[in-house]
Amino acid sequence: MSIFKRNSEKSGYKRGRRNIYLTILSIFLIGIFAAFLNYPTAWNNGVNWLNNKVGFTVMPHFWERPFKLGLDLQGGTHLVYEADLSNIASEDYMDSMQGVRDVIERRINLFGVAEPVVQINKVGSHYRLIVELAGVKDAHQAIEMIGQTPSLDFREERDKKESEDILIRQQEIIDKMQQGVELTSEEQQILMEDANFIPTTLTGRYLKRAELQFDQQTYQSQVSLEFDSEGSKIFEELTRKNVGKRIAIYLDGSPISAPTVQEAISGGKAQITGNFSLDEAKELVQRLNAGALPVPINLVNQQTIGASLGKISLNKSLEAGILGFLAILLFIIFYYRLPGLIASFSLLIYVVLVLAVFKIIPVTLTLSGIAGFILSIGMAVDANVLIFERFKEEFKSGKSLGGSIDEGFNRAWPAIRDGNISTIITCIILFIFATGLVKGFALTLGIGVLISMFSAIVITKTFFRWFVGRKIEEWKKIWG
Amino acid sequence: MQVIKYRKIYFTISIILLLGSLFSLIFWGLKLGIDFTGGSLMEINFIEDRLSNQQIQEKISDLNLGQINIQPIGEKGVLLRMKEIDEDTHQEIINKLGNPQEERFESIGPLIGNELKQKAIWAIGLSLLVIILYIAWAFRKVYKPVASWQYGLVAIIALFHDIFITLGFFAFLGYFREIEIGLPFVAAFLTILGYSVNNSIVIFDRVRENLLKTNWNDFKEVVNDSINQSLTRCLNTALTTLFVLLAVFFLGGESIKYFALALIIGIIVGTYSSIFITSSLIVWGKNK
Repeated sequence: MSIFKRNSEKSGYKRGRRNIYLTILSIFLIGIFAAFLNYPTAWNNGVNWLNNKVGFTVMPHFWERPFKLGLDLQGGTHLVYEADLSNIASEDYMDSMQGVRDVIERRINLFGVAEPVVQINKVGSHYRLIVELAGVKDAHQAIEMIGQTPSLDFREERDKKESEDILIRQQEIIDKMQQGVELTSEEQQILMEDANFIPTTLTGRYLKRAELQFDQQTYQSQVSLEFDSEGSKIFEELTRKNVGKRIAIYLDGSPISAPTVQEAISGGKAQITGNFSLDEAKELVQRLNAGALPVPINLVNQQTIGASLGKISLNKSLEAGILGFLAILLFIIFYYRLPGLIASFSLLIYVVLVLAVFKIIPVTLTLSGIAGFILSIGMAVDANVLIFERFKEEFKSGKSLGGSIDEGFNRAWPAIRDGNISTIITCIILFIFATGLVKGFALTLGIGVLISMFSAIVITKTFFRWFVGRKIEEWKKIWG
Repeated sequence: MQVIKYRKIYFTISIILLLGSLFSLIFWGLKLGIDFTGGSLMEINFIEDRLSNQQIQEKISDLNLGQINIQPIGEKGVLLRMKEIDEDTHQEIINKLGNPQEERFESIGPLIGNELKQKAIWAIGLSLLVIILYIAWAFRKVYKPVASWQYGLVAIIALFHDIFITLGFFAFLGYFREIEIGLPFVAAFLTILGYSVNNSIVIFDRVRENLLKTNWNDFKEVVNDSINQSLTRCLNTALTTLFVLLAVFFLGGESIKYFALALIIGIIVGTYSSIFITSSLIVWGKNK
């Protein structure tokens, strides 16, 4: 490594000094930037104060990006559903899984969860859906909503008179409600009613498949539906009855399309034309196939953490981490004196840097992730300890400070390199093979170890070199 | 410090520890958590007074839950462990216990548990293999007076020594304290593995360096010097890591407490073995 090359030429001395100052400056700038990234409130409060004083915006706010917390730290629920695909042709597996995912995603969006995760997961011949809802308060309700089988149904138009009647009655009830009158259950029922359409017996159960098509002349995208034999009969009857009227297609209780029937349709095929864009038509096909393919899903795995427990865990592990870190700093300062103090600074910068990287990537922090991070601090300390032990040996044997620093770093490097590489190998394997919990541990430990090499080799060494050629060099005792 | 001279004593200590671990692993076995076996775990906090274990048993006895393990935690909390249950049964239990506040609920199907176990075994096996290859490569230039593969072999023996004793200790804890081995333990054991290899590397690194400087006719002396030179590093690193782990063990909360304990034991055993066993084994290997 070239950074270990000893710069013993006298002419290079001045240039070396300037380089040290430049490196220290950039380390501090990076450190300060990372610190504000970790805690933007400090910057923003300062800027607000300044802007208020001056009267106009002098400086912009800092980029506010929150730490991404795992379910175990902010509470939430992790669900794994196994799909039963036994009635589906194997080439359609992925399609139907995507359909199921979309339906469930929509259901969850109705539930109002921030950043839900819904993933298709294939293990061997098992197709699964992983659902992660962070911060959800009532896991049970969420599970119930997800568990419903997607519903697709067709509704016919009421005649004009009937829908007007319903609308008038509903208006009356709304007026009553606004006056604060308690509603009877019958009135509530009426309020829920669809004024324009009535349900029919034709549902997604009878839909064989939906497909994306294009109109031969206009190239307009349209959706074609194909019913099974039973569905075809119902559909034929329904269209005969409703020529000139609209038939609405409802998905999960809300209308997605209401085409007008031109003529009675036999053969069980229908087209939905409308002003779809290509994407809309594609989505509709997926939704319809989802509604039409009732793939039963089965909850096989559930992990739910209450928000309060998550918060306690977060606070406790933070507390433990900070306390442990302080103990380390005290120990190395006490044992190694000035070098220990230098290492404490570089460790502080190290911690700030790692946290900033966690924010930028972003790494989802879980309890085991925090454990991995804490352990990587241990590795960073180890690198420093290895270097100091070597440095002390050299310094005691009568070498100059600069010589001992270079020699110490040089001699400690093979052990640091070999040790860290074996840890990184473990992390990579864990990250590829393991799931959830262990993955988080591997990721934070891996990132931590990578940055720790930089911290020990670049930051500690640069700080160290700053002391070369100064008076303090003579004071042997302070160097341990 | 004379390590090599008294190596028989250290070998004896290690053999006793290993036999003890073997005993506890065979007779008590590891208590695997629901991550691996499938099952469910429920942590609840009673709003009023906590029901006694027997009251809880009685209230949910007609749900056919099989064997239920009930463990009081904290002031008003209870941890229930039972077979895998579905969401309806889960809600029924909550109902029957008078709607306590639920802090945590996990239910894992046996199939997924088995998959996780397979994956964990794969991950451990693969990292072992790659690390061994890496050590053999890193020490390829050292071949006198012992062959480079012997360093790799000794590092692996030390590693099994550390992990085996830690596992034995957890079999003991599982039997007497009902502590289960869950998924986080895989991470803990892999870390111990990395730590152990790291220690071996540091000491071998010294041996490697000293062998180049001195007359290796007196191999015992060289190894003994190397240990003494690495002693402070080994102890200081172990100490600083232990500071953090002890803080996590005492303050870090229930869920990572035993994860930290596994690491604490692994690191203590690992430090012992790297100072006393690794070097003795290398010397022993040369005499063979």
